Amino acid sequence: MTARMPLLELRKVDKSFGPIDVLHEISLKVHAGEVLCLLGDNGAGKSTLIKTLAGVHQPTRGEILMDGQPVAFANPREASDRGIATVHQFGGTYPLMSIGRNFFVGAEPTRGWGPFKVFDRKKANEIAVKAVRDFGITRIDDGDRLVGGLSGGERQSLAIARAVYFGARVLILDEPTAALGVKQAAHVLRIVNEAKKRGLAVIFITHQVMHAMAVGDHFAVLIRGAVAADFRKGEKTREQIADLMAGGESMVSLEASIEGYMERHKGHVPPPAH
Amino acid sequence: MSTPSHGRSPGLSLGAFARRPEAGSLVGLFLVFAFFAVLGGPVFVGAPGWSSWLNIAAEVGIVALPVGLLMIAGELDISVGAVIPASQMTAAIVSGFHGLPAPAGIACGLGVGLAVGFVNGYLVTRTAISSLIITIGTMFSVMGLTLGFAVLVAGSTSVSLVPDPVTKLLLGTFIGGMFNVSMFWWAAFAVAIFYLLHVSPIGNWIFALGGDRESARNAGVPTSRLTIALYMLSGFAAAFVGILQVATYTSAQVATGQPFIFNSIMCVVIGGVLLTGGAGSVAGIVIGTMTFAIVNQGIFFSGLDPNVGSVIIGALLLAAVLSNDTFRALALKHAARRGNRGEER
Repeated sequence: MTARMPLLELRKVDKSFGPIDVLHEISLKVHAGEVLCLLGDNGAGKSTLIKTLAGVHQPTRGEILMDGQPVAFANPREASDRGIATVHQFGGTYPLMSIGRNFFVGAEPTRGWGPFKVFDRKKANEIAVKAVRDFGITRIDDGDRLVGGLSGGERQSLAIARAVYFGARVLILDEPTAALGVKQAAHVLRIVNEAKKRGLAVIFITHQVMHAMAVGDHFAVLIRGAVAADFRKGEKTREQIADLMAGGESMVSLEASIEGYMERHKGHVPPPAH
Repeated sequence: MSTPSHGRSPGLSLGAFARRPEAGSLVGLFLVFAFFAVLGGPVFVGAPGWSSWLNIAAEVGIVALPVGLLMIAGELDISVGAVIPASQMTAAIVSGFHGLPAPAGIACGLGVGLAVGFVNGYLVTRTAISSLIITIGTMFSVMGLTLGFAVLVAGSTSVSLVPDPVTKLLLGTFIGGMFNVSMFWWAAFAVAIFYLLHVSPIGNWIFALGGDRESARNAGVPTSRLTIALYMLSGFAAAFVGILQVATYTSAQVATGQPFIFNSIMCVVIGGVLLTGGAGSVAGIVIGTMTFAIVNQGIFFSGLDPNVGSVIIGALLLAAVLSNDTFRALALKHAARRGNRGEER
C-alpha cells in the first residue's frame, strides 16, 4: 500500500435521522486512480452514505477529508464545486432533449453579448460528442440526437463523461449497472476503467459482485450501516464476497436449502422466512 | 444503411421535419382551415373570416405562450382565468373610476398579474402541492378579491375606462375596423418567447426543469427562481390580455377570464407540448392557437350548430395527444436506430 494521501477519506462518520442511526463509524479511503466498490444489500446504508458524500446529508459525527483537509458540504452544489460528482442510474439525463443540450444543462455555452445571449448549439454538440467518444462510445456521432434514443449504458456514459468534463475528481456511481443487460453493463464498466485511468477516484456502488470484481481495486461491504469488511483486490473470492453481503449467511447453504425444499415439495419454493 | 448520417443538421430534411411533433399540428391546422374554408365559403377565407379568428387567436395566444412554457417546465397555471379580469378591473378602477392617467392604471393592472404569478411560483416551489391545485386556489382567491373590491370601491361589477387616444391606438384599435392590434402584440410575445425558449440558454433550463427537476437542480439550474419567473411571466401575459380587453371594449367586467383557462391549455396541447413536461416548441403553440381559433370562429361562418365546434375541439385535442405520442416515439426510435447503425460500422 502506498503512503499517498487519499483523495477522499471518511473518518468514523455516523449519520442518524432523529433516533434512528443509519451509519455507524464509517471509515473509508479512496485514492486518485482507484475504484472503491461499495457493496451491500438493499437497506445496508449505501444510499445514505453516498448522499452524505454528495452533500445531501451532513454527517452527525465524524469527518470527511479531501486531500487531507476536513471539508463540510452544506448542499450538493458545494460538493460538486469541490469535484464530487454523483451519477445516478438514469439521473442527469433528459430523454427528450438532445445530447448537446443534455450535456450542458446549467452550464450552457453561449454566443453573443449582454442580455442577448444565444445558446451555442454547434459548440455544445461538438464538445459533448467529443467528450463521449473519448470515453470509447463511438456510436454517438450526432449531438442533436435525443438522449431517450440511447441505451441505458450510453446514458450512463454520457452522464459520466459530463461529470468528468466539468472537473469531477471523485466520481460516485450509484448502481450504474443495476438496470442494464450484460452487454450494456460491460459498456459502463469500460467507462469506469477509463475514468480510473484518467486519475479519478471512483466510488462504485453496486450489489452485483461480478461487476464490482471487474473494476474494483478496493472493496468495502456495508451491513446495517457499518463497514463489515474492507479488503483489496484479490484478497477474497466472489463467493466469500457474496456471503459477506448476505449478512454472513452462506449463499451456498441458502441455495442448497432452497433446492432441498423444492425436491421435497414437488418443485415449489419455500415460503419466505420472517 | 447506404447513406452515412454524419453532420446532417436537423430541420432541413423532410424526414427530420416529419418526426417533429409540430408536423402533426401543422397538418391539423391545414385540415381544419380547409374544412371551414369549404363550409364557410368566401366570407371565411376573406378579411372578415381572417380577422375574426385572428382576433380570438391573439388574445388566447398571448396567454397560451407562457402557459406553454410552464407546461414544458412541468407545471400548470389555472389562475390566468382570474388574472385577466383582475388586471382589467384594477386598471379601470385606477384610471377610469379614480381618473388617474392610463399608464398608471395599466402599470397597476400588470402589477397585479406579476404579483399573482409570484404567489403561484412561491407556493409551487415551497410546497409539495401540485401546481394544478395551487393555481386553482389562487384563481378562486383572486376572483373573489376582484369581485369584492369592484363592488366595494366602484359599487359595481362593471367599471368603465375610456382610454386616451394613444392608449386606444396601441392597445385597443381595430385596424380597418376588423383586425385588432392585439395580433401584433401576440406576434411580439411569440418572438420574445421563441427567443427565450429556443435561442437563449434559459430555454435549456426550462426543458431540463420539465424533464427532471431534481437533476436540473443538481446541475446548477436555479429551479426555484426559474419557476417563479415563469409564473410571473404567465401572470404578466394574462394581465396584459386583460389590459388589451379593457382598452378595446372600454369597460372592465369581473367575469371575462374563465374560458381562457381551458382554451390556453388546449392551444398548447394541440400544439404538441407534452403534458408531463420536457418537450414542446413555440412554433407548435402558435400553430395550436391558430387551429383552436379557426375552429372556434369557423363554426359561425359554416352555419353548423355551435355545439359541433366543441365536439371538433375535443376531437382535435385527443387527436393531438395521440399524434404527439406517435411523433415522439418516432423521434426516439429514429435516434436509437441511427445509433445501432453506428455500431455496425
